[in-house]
Amino acid sequence: MVVEPANASGLLAQIGAVGRRSITRTLRQRALLIFPMLFPLILFAINGSALSAATKIPGFPPVSYRAFLLAVPFMQGALFIAVTAGIDLARDIESGFFNRLALTPLRGSALLAGQLAGGVVVAVLQSVVYLLVGIAAGVGIASGVGGALVLLVLSILIAFGFAGVGALIALRSGSGEAVQAIFPLLFVTLFLSSSSLPRPLLRVQWFHDVATYNPVSYLIEGMRSLVITGWNGQALAMGFGFALALVIISLTLANIAIKNRLVRT
Amino acid sequence: MPGPAIVVEQLVREFRKGPRAVDGINLEVSPGEIYGFLGPNGAGKSTTVLMLTTLLPPTSGRASVGGFDIVHEGAHVRASIGAALQEAALDAILTGREHLMLQATLQGIPKATRVRRADELLERVGLVEAANRRVGGYSGGMKRRLDLALALVHSPSILFLDEPTTGLDLQSRTALWDEVARLAHDEGMTVFLTTQYLEEADALADRVGIIDHGKIVAEDTPAKLKAEIGSPTVEVLPADLATGDAIAEALGRFGSPTRGGRGSLTVQLPDGEAQLAELVRVLDQAGLHVASLHLHQPSLDDVFLAKTGRKLEGAAEEDPDATPEETTKRSRRRRGR
Amino acid sequence: MRRFWFVARGVAWRSIHNTLVSPAILVPSIAFPLFFLAAFAGGLSKIAQVPDFNYPPGYTAFQFVFVFLQSAAFGGVFTGFAVARDFDSGFARRLLLTAPQRSGIVAGYCGGALARWFVTGSVVTIAALLAGMHVPADGSELVGMLALGILANTVSALWACGVAMFLRTEQAGALIQMPVFVVIFLAPIYVPLSLLTGWIHSVASVNPATFVLEAARGLLANSPVDVLLAFALLGGGIAVMAFWARRGLASAERAG
Repeated sequence: MVVEPANASGLLAQIGAVGRRSITRTLRQRALLIFPMLFPLILFAINGSALSAATKIPGFPPVSYRAFLLAVPFMQGALFIAVTAGIDLARDIESGFFNRLALTPLRGSALLAGQLAGGVVVAVLQSVVYLLVGIAAGVGIASGVGGALVLLVLSILIAFGFAGVGALIALRSGSGEAVQAIFPLLFVTLFLSSSSLPRPLLRVQWFHDVATYNPVSYLIEGMRSLVITGWNGQALAMGFGFALALVIISLTLANIAIKNRLVRT
Repeated sequence: MPGPAIVVEQLVREFRKGPRAVDGINLEVSPGEIYGFLGPNGAGKSTTVLMLTTLLPPTSGRASVGGFDIVHEGAHVRASIGAALQEAALDAILTGREHLMLQATLQGIPKATRVRRADELLERVGLVEAANRRVGGYSGGMKRRLDLALALVHSPSILFLDEPTTGLDLQSRTALWDEVARLAHDEGMTVFLTTQYLEEADALADRVGIIDHGKIVAEDTPAKLKAEIGSPTVEVLPADLATGDAIAEALGRFGSPTRGGRGSLTVQLPDGEAQLAELVRVLDQAGLHVASLHLHQPSLDDVFLAKTGRKLEGAAEEDPDATPEETTKRSRRRRGR
Repeated sequence: MRRFWFVARGVAWRSIHNTLVSPAILVPSIAFPLFFLAAFAGGLSKIAQVPDFNYPPGYTAFQFVFVFLQSAAFGGVFTGFAVARDFDSGFARRLLLTAPQRSGIVAGYCGGALARWFVTGSVVTIAALLAGMHVPADGSELVGMLALGILANTVSALWACGVAMFLRTEQAGALIQMPVFVVIFLAPIYVPLSLLTGWIHSVASVNPATFVLEAARGLLANSPVDVLLAFALLGGGIAVMAFWARRGLASAERAG
């Protein structure tokens, strides 16, 4: 039954096999699934109430703070996905499972796509949960049902991009610890953005500048615009633009990294 | 398969800031042969396997596996080999069957035959009952057996086993030996086996290569290697210590005895173990009583001692430089491999 | 008693030593409070313009007090991670075997937590001062604020040691961290209690962390409120958590 390596198995079959494994792993590790999903919700619940006084700041949009904040859990969820997807891959490298895969005719791109499948499933699940929780908490989606769907698409795209970042770090470092260590740094990008207040209301100059140059601000503002403004072409273009750029850059680099790591002779 | 299954010529692997992990080795393995690659930790065994399985490019030299060049025809090499590498690299969250199905899919085995192949292999390695349990709950022996089954999914003609029984209990070890021997003898599979256990090489291998500091220091069948060391020795422990001198004198006709602990005397039998009966007769005729008599056959450990000047056991610990395999792993991580 | 201090000193020394020589441990524990300070004091400073927000020293000082106490509590949490790691690596078993007075082990870890916080607390204070924080408090009020931090650090360290000793695995990390995190964030972090509304006001009104935080803010602003209540709450917290940690230790002793 020796298989011809050149046309060993179709790319789709390979992606399917690795993807099935990734999804199975994700669904079987419920603790890892639930904690990253719950944590942003806890922060949403707390900050949504604790910061409601912020709506009284002159210049704050005429919406509830919860509505303003709803985009943030989507963003936090995406950051968690970067870490879980990265750690999953790093574990495979550390345990030698990656070598086992390297000995099969598996293509690097198929392995990467399959590995990220688990992350995408989580992204879909948590995005739906965040949206439903937001609506249950009384947040109206200004852009309507269509906008809610676009919000889901954008948030999944962002999560996919960050999953690529996690995979990239895992592939470059080959270490779960390195992926863990990057997590606080990812969260800093969230802290130093317009996550808590609109950019014009960031009074401290250096903070305002950092938030303006921080792409995370635009990812959040893209999602936020669908919730509080309606259809805002510019915010959406920026949001989708940065999300697509993130996906393309992270996946391209991850693809190069996986090819390097899979260097078989 | 025409020609040898594995040919290695002047293979070298160097690591940055590290010693030469593999230092110009040559070897040849015939189809259907079990080749035992014996050496202490860090001798270069795993680095050799990584190169032969195409996972690590050699620094220089050449090798072919299954008739394919390991550098230029990697994909063909991988299609003809199965490998169970040092870490039983399994996913604790998947079941044994799921592992086999994944491997079968990635190996391009048609959907219709995957399930049958998985069942067949589970049966062969005795994991039918545990097939649907997660691997996290498997014992060390079960993991190694699954590892072996995974290496066999695509029916390779050459099997690489990197220290397959390290850390296993005697029973699991013997079961794995039986299966490997069956694969080679019944199915004609070529097996390249690395080990640090003498008895494993002795029990399984048709030929043994002893590697130390990245160089092959001896290579032959276990019997010939041992014969090279010389004839067996007999250790005699006198029943009465006062008769030690008389016993030494009686043993003098075989060679010059050496004295050991607790008054024991050891003498080499120049014509082999057949002389044991004669030795007993000599002692009996002289009216000398012995507490115990122990025939010591030369072992691969003696061969290792003779070739390297060190005992195999603990050889890695004695030599602070001899850890290229660890260096291998570190270096591969650094390189982002 | 002498043996107790011997053990405590040994364990504390190791804990401090490990923290100081390992950047992987030290950097996150310093970085987190600094991020909080930057994000809250920097990013939310406009909150001070909300009508009825009245904290004369300013928003940086308002947030500094929170981050100061938060870093104290997380000094304890991070020590709990170290205890859990010690159980995973088997080192804790060696400690249990060697220590003649085992409660000294808990005391030692608490000492380590305190030392860890002295490093992070100092860094946060320097950062806030560099950011132009205004400090109206007098010497005794500053000492009072520091004492509140020390007690909060000890409560949290005892909690974390207890959990780590009950579970004896690094997986305990989330369980150590989460309750501390929730208690802290259910206090009035961004605005004074009086400006909170809805459920968060109800919860914050009965959250002991609220009284500690408001007392510390009062001390820094040179207008103390409920200081004795805050000390009493932390004293009670230490008594309860010492009992909890002792139970955790007993559980670890039983497990051997």
